[in-house]
Amino acid sequence: MASKPRTLYEKIWDAHVVERREDGTCLIFVDRHLVHEVTSPQAFEGLRMAGRPVRRPELTLATPDHNLPTTARIDAAGQRLPIADGQSAQQLSALEQNVAEFGIRYFNATARQQGIVHVVGPEQGFSLPGTTIVCGDSHTAAHGGMGALAFGIGTSEVEHVLATQTLLLQPSRTMEIRVDGELGPGVTSKDLILHIIGVIGTAGGTGHVIEYRGEVFERMSVESRLTVCNMSIEGGARSGLVAPDETTFAYLKGRPFAPQGAEWDAAVAYWRTLHTDPGATFDKSVVIDAGTVEPTVTWGTSPEDTAPITGFVPAPESFADPSKQDAARKSLAYMGLEPGQKLAGLPVENVFIGSCTNSRIEDLRAAAAVLKGRHRAANVKWAIVVPGSGLVKEQAEAEGLDRIFTDAGLEWREPGCSACLGMNPDKVPAGERCASTSNRNFVGRQGPGSRTHLVSPAMAAAAAVTGRLVDVRELV
Amino acid sequence: MEPVRAIEGRAIPFGLKNVDTDLIIPARWLKTISREGLGAGAFEAVRAEPGNIFDDPRFAGAPILIAGDNFGCGSSREHAAWALADMGVRAVIAPSFSDIFSGNAFKNGILTVALPQDAVDRLLAVAQTDPVSIDLESQSVTTPFQDRFSFPIDPFRKDCLLRGLDEIGLTLARDAAISTYERRLDAAQPWLVRGTALSA
Repeated sequence: MASKPRTLYEKIWDAHVVERREDGTCLIFVDRHLVHEVTSPQAFEGLRMAGRPVRRPELTLATPDHNLPTTARIDAAGQRLPIADGQSAQQLSALEQNVAEFGIRYFNATARQQGIVHVVGPEQGFSLPGTTIVCGDSHTAAHGGMGALAFGIGTSEVEHVLATQTLLLQPSRTMEIRVDGELGPGVTSKDLILHIIGVIGTAGGTGHVIEYRGEVFERMSVESRLTVCNMSIEGGARSGLVAPDETTFAYLKGRPFAPQGAEWDAAVAYWRTLHTDPGATFDKSVVIDAGTVEPTVTWGTSPEDTAPITGFVPAPESFADPSKQDAARKSLAYMGLEPGQKLAGLPVENVFIGSCTNSRIEDLRAAAAVLKGRHRAANVKWAIVVPGSGLVKEQAEAEGLDRIFTDAGLEWREPGCSACLGMNPDKVPAGERCASTSNRNFVGRQGPGSRTHLVSPAMAAAAAVTGRLVDVRELV
Repeated sequence: MEPVRAIEGRAIPFGLKNVDTDLIIPARWLKTISREGLGAGAFEAVRAEPGNIFDDPRFAGAPILIAGDNFGCGSSREHAAWALADMGVRAVIAPSFSDIFSGNAFKNGILTVALPQDAVDRLLAVAQTDPVSIDLESQSVTTPFQDRFSFPIDPFRKDCLLRGLDEIGLTLARDAAISTYERRLDAAQPWLVRGTALSA
């Protein structure tokens, strides 16, 4: 008997059901768990209070990223430098104590492998196709770019995973986002995902897992797929994924935690079955023509507030929904913008190139290609480049990208989440604009009163050298 | 967890849509290693404005918050649920919630009540002057004016809330089933464990 055609999501879900309860809730096995310093201390404390051990310590990988300063971590003599902020130092030392006490693999603050959890997982081959991957961070969706079912969880769920290696979940609905055709010159995966969120809205994917399908994703590098899947949560979807293919396998081969030898062949044979079957149906489907996507920027305080760089700040009255009109009015007041203003030409005082969305080597190369031979504009007061991991940093330095950044007047930092969330000292001052390659333009996200414009790495570099939002296609 | 049955009292008529968890609790408050005391940072950016609704004495200690569509979007930080709990909020009423936030709220005994926009609009109006009641057993929201709105809830979550169950304890009781699954997985995909084995 032929089995019912299934989507990629349904295949991964079915393979991870430990038990199905009568009420439909499923106990789902977790293959990979990433831990960082901010959302884990209360989970470890919970285990300690209840006297519970970690069930499968080898399936969890920990590294600090959110709160760690991105300034130098060791002095000239190789000694580790203290963290100035007492609370941040305490949070880091809590993580170090917890991983030691519970026997969890740890890349410490000065290790070459340290970095943003969502950069480290794929880079280490820890994130594999067909696995379930969770982390106490909503951008865990990124690992869907490896063909994994990956999603963010809260701290109570972190504790649940540590104690049981499972989660109690309801199955999600399925959503297909199909993009065929070809992205134009200067248009990147970041522009595409910003455009997609503009189309579906920040609640468009709520309750759904998105599968990105079509020629554009098939041709994309793994790093670009990670960028797209990363921002699925900005469209409301807890997970987004791309079917694994030869590009994925080539990316993974030889990475430290990837299968080796005969097991590699067995793994690839299994991974080749991980695709949506012909005839499988999705609960929701969105089709986008790649040719219509332009370099995209945000103008408001929600990631759905997107427009092409060739466009204008919209009038709040142009939205049909009265609550959206109200939100747009508040956004424009916060952002210091007027309806009808051209987006190209808006002056920016800050530039941030980094975050789990855009801090991999491909992103840094794209930024460097624009920055090479140019210099930071006089009105840009603060411009930093924060690599996603120590290994990305090494690679960039081996290619001479760090020199391109510093010659252009940008700062070259240590790996971490940095100005994406305004938690460590890297913040955007109140009332100032930042062209940022991160993922959220929420009120106060990059610091109280900060005004964020989300862009691609190439567009951020273009902003750094012109001192304004500008169409990068005019510079290349 | 304390059982949750009925929640009754004043409701803060906030009404904003797309309330993200950065707005509920900004990142600088996330440096704590405790679950306690986060109410002080709740809605910090909103509270910076004079005359804001959170500092309105009519709503001091209100156990219910009413908001717009897509409440709790963005970051997975459970600190948002801890901050609301610390403010005294025990239920949020909105047309829809982000998936991660509703899970976090549930695990902290905060009820997320999804109602159609017109019902939410009515409750926003009532809340200006009068209390609102939520009954979990009957899955209904009522007002002193004979309004009655039914809301859906996942049966598993409802049962856990009514009985105050510890989810980890429930799952640990399924240890045998998890072990069986692990053996099957090790046989089918041996590379998953081999790649990550910790040296002794």
